[in-house]
Amino acid sequence: MQCPKCHAPMHTYNRNGVQIEQCAGCRGIFLDYGELESLTRLESQWSQQAPPPPPAAPAPAPQAYPAAPAWGAPHHGHHGHHGQHGHHGHRSFGRMLFSS
Amino acid sequence: MSRALIRRLAALSEAPGPEEAHVVLADRPDGTVVSGGRTVAKAHAPDCDAAALAVRLRIAAHPRLHGTLLPPLPVTGPDGYLVRYDDGRPLTRWPYGRPVAPDDPDAAPWEDAARLLARLHAVDPETLPGPVPPMRGPAKAARALARMRSAPTAAVPSLTAAARAVEGGWAALPPWARDEAPAPGPGLLCHGDLHLGQLVRHPVPDGRWLLIDVDDLGVGEAGWDLARPAAWFASGLLAPEVWTRFLGAYRAAGGRAVRPDGDPWPELDVPARALTVQTAALALAKAAPEGRPLDEVETALVDSCARMA
Repeated sequence: MQCPKCHAPMHTYNRNGVQIEQCAGCRGIFLDYGELESLTRLESQWSQQAPPPPPAAPAPAPQAYPAAPAWGAPHHGHHGHHGQHGHHGHRSFGRMLFSS
Repeated sequence: MSRALIRRLAALSEAPGPEEAHVVLADRPDGTVVSGGRTVAKAHAPDCDAAALAVRLRIAAHPRLHGTLLPPLPVTGPDGYLVRYDDGRPLTRWPYGRPVAPDDPDAAPWEDAARLLARLHAVDPETLPGPVPPMRGPAKAARALARMRSAPTAAVPSLTAAARAVEGGWAALPPWARDEAPAPGPGLLCHGDLHLGQLVRHPVPDGRWLLIDVDDLGVGEAGWDLARPAAWFASGLLAPEVWTRFLGAYRAAGGRAVRPDGDPWPELDVPARALTVQTAALALAKAAPEGRPLDEVETALVDSCARMA
């Protein structure tokens, strides 16, 4: 993907399950639909957690989203995969699972 | 498909009568399968390389693959496992196995599939009947692109744009994944066309799961065998939990296609891109003659292609 502003190549980074494209030239950041909200949510979770010192027995970390390639579908962390995953009832995907 | 071929397959599958008590399980350009009850007969693709298939059948029958591949049944013919139909197509015989229930993919034997692949990938090709042919995954990807190119995608504007995205994903693949150069590295024994239709329980109904369909089996890049589930996960179609189960079971069984820990995508990236492009190309090849736009699932794959270029 090319930067819409300066046309330099954009690199994809994954931060807490949020996929971010950053321009190698002007350092501009491109967010897909819903990603700003995901970042805001993560930030508010962080600021809520940050002030008190970490408890002696911290809660277990949530299961990480499995690693995915940069060309994969955008996802939004382990909470809200916006209904796209698991088209279990989708006939088209059901057929695809069984065909060459 | 001709009635004469069906009759020949029914006879080979030991159906009680030539026109009765046999079931056509599959009838596609690349293969026709008829069941006569406990035995099935398969007519392979007309352009199939019969000499390579004969080696693949001997591998499936080899003791080293016992418990991994469904072994063929012997036939009366010069190769022992295949006979020729009038038009030259190879015909083979197999025990009937119980397939995966198509209505509940979550209950599909993802872990068993992963363990069977790990076992297959661990077999040293040097110990097998040879010459072991190359795995045909890249050849099938190239064939899918050819099918898309000869389909009337120009008639539907959304398909024209989608075909462009698929071509972009194809062009970004390395030559070996497009079947334009030999695969790098020594390669492992691989299945070459893994999906949920390639697993059966034998003996029926509750025998162990085995891999079937050796038409694409051979030495090659073993990541290809993990690439369909990987592509489905990456395109947001397969639940991450299911992908994690499949990959975890493969690694726990010592599977050699990916590094044992950490990010598996350095090994999976190229094969998963190739399978994404292949599946999207076939979706276009089917949608174009019907004059219909792609559905949501097919569009997810084309969107992935667009992000590869």
